[in-house]
Amino acid sequence: MATRDLPALGGHPEGFAGSMRTDRWWIEPVLTVLVLGAFGVYATWAAFQGNHYYADPYLSPFYSPLIFVDSAAAVPGGAPEHHAWFGGHWPAWWPAFLPHSPAFFILAFPGAFRFTCYYYRKAYYRAFTGSPPGCAVVPTAKSRRYKGETAWLLFQNLHRYAMFFAVLFIPILGYDALLSFWKGGLPWDGGQFGIGVGSLVLTINVILLGGYTFGCHSFRHLIGGKDDCMSCGKATMRLKLWKRVTILNMKHQNFAWFSLFWVGFTDVYVRLVSQGIWTDLNTWG
Amino acid sequence: MSEQRTFRVWRGDKDGGEFATYETKVDPGMVVLDVIHRIQAEQANDLAVRWNCKAGKCGSCSMEINGKPRLSCMTRMNVFAPGETITLQPVKTFPLIRDLVTDVSWNYEQNQRVRPFKPKPRGADGKMRMYQEDVDRVQEFRKCIECYLCQNVCHVLRDRDGKAAFTGPRFLLRLASLEMHPLDDDDRIPEIKDEFGSGMCNITKCCTDVCPEHIKITDNAIIPLKERVVDRYYDPLKKLFRVFTGSK
Repeated sequence: MATRDLPALGGHPEGFAGSMRTDRWWIEPVLTVLVLGAFGVYATWAAFQGNHYYADPYLSPFYSPLIFVDSAAAVPGGAPEHHAWFGGHWPAWWPAFLPHSPAFFILAFPGAFRFTCYYYRKAYYRAFTGSPPGCAVVPTAKSRRYKGETAWLLFQNLHRYAMFFAVLFIPILGYDALLSFWKGGLPWDGGQFGIGVGSLVLTINVILLGGYTFGCHSFRHLIGGKDDCMSCGKATMRLKLWKRVTILNMKHQNFAWFSLFWVGFTDVYVRLVSQGIWTDLNTWG
Repeated sequence: MSEQRTFRVWRGDKDGGEFATYETKVDPGMVVLDVIHRIQAEQANDLAVRWNCKAGKCGSCSMEINGKPRLSCMTRMNVFAPGETITLQPVKTFPLIRDLVTDVSWNYEQNQRVRPFKPKPRGADGKMRMYQEDVDRVQEFRKCIECYLCQNVCHVLRDRDGKAAFTGPRFLLRLASLEMHPLDDDDRIPEIKDEFGSGMCNITKCCTDVCPEHIKITDNAIIPLKERVVDRYYDPLKKLFRVFTGSK
């Protein structure tokens, strides 16, 4: 398992990120650092706010599902108590130094899904750890002993468990998208049907997240790829599903970036509408 | 219309070398290998280059062109900007023999380590059957022309001398073609993990990026193998299930 540096005999550069490439290979890792970094900073900031995550009938995906809300705190832009799975009483065990933000209960799950995702691993191994920063470019962390995903990165092998949770989020966010067409609640709660820009924003969000989640490599494996004989001469459901998941999987990178951007934008949209900074164009008037 | 172009070509052997500069005429439609042959014919008769089919099928003429691992016979000259100097180097990962030629025999040693296809027992009617849709995915892997560009660009082999621990993408591809084959009866997962080092791959996909046959090496071969390794060794619920059922 020991590694050592190789001698360069063909005139190949050996220094930090050395390469003979003449194209701008560094643009991709730089953009990855900027976009993932910006998203991480914004998502953390948004999670710590604990307010303006709801603008009837829109619920930010950063806060969905709502496990608890703090009905006693009169949070501006907070969701009504009946939206929360366990009501409006904030748990007494909650640490005092943390704000009462419902986002804290859920963001770890999609976060873990993206962090362990095979596509994002490629992106951040290249961009953040420079291992390597580009193809045919000398790794920036070259002096350390390289062990790949055999040592402390073994946890990446649990990606499928993060995927199980991520799959659960899709119907929940789909329900939120459905609710976004009914102001004041569903019809039997006296809600009024309509369409707003926010309805479209939430609907596109769940479509992109669905495309990303159901194109996951682990999902593709578990749905049928694990079997050598997916059809054995019969028109099996697993072969049909595997073929459809494969279509999404081939676009996994695109879904990864578009869904990341859009889920962030959806939170921004709901936040700014809730604050009254943006006006939601809709049929409710 | 023909134009004069500048080429920097690595000249040397295991004891050292340097870039030599050649000015030569490039005609429309030429590929890099054509230019190398022209330099060889007109200016440097002793320039060593390995080639064979000149049609992107033998995988012999792998080299690094302006730092990118490519087949010289499939790299057209019109992909370069007018006036751009073109640098030609041998592949980095394998020992240099001379000029643009390297010793890739390590790859053949790796190939010999892979146990051959082990057919399942015949059916009750004495026949062996497989269905096209079940072998479609492993047929993609048969497109490999063994140019070893994927082996060359893999940073584990290229920059970290991980040859003792990692067999490289080309042979994970071959292992995948056997492991996923509906009629192969061998259990290859333990050695894929321990002997061939599937965990050393950090899926940065450079092998896929450089493959001249556009095989989705990472998505369709390496990641599915990694997932099968997870099934066997790292999935806690599956492990628990095996404890109770006694299955493999």
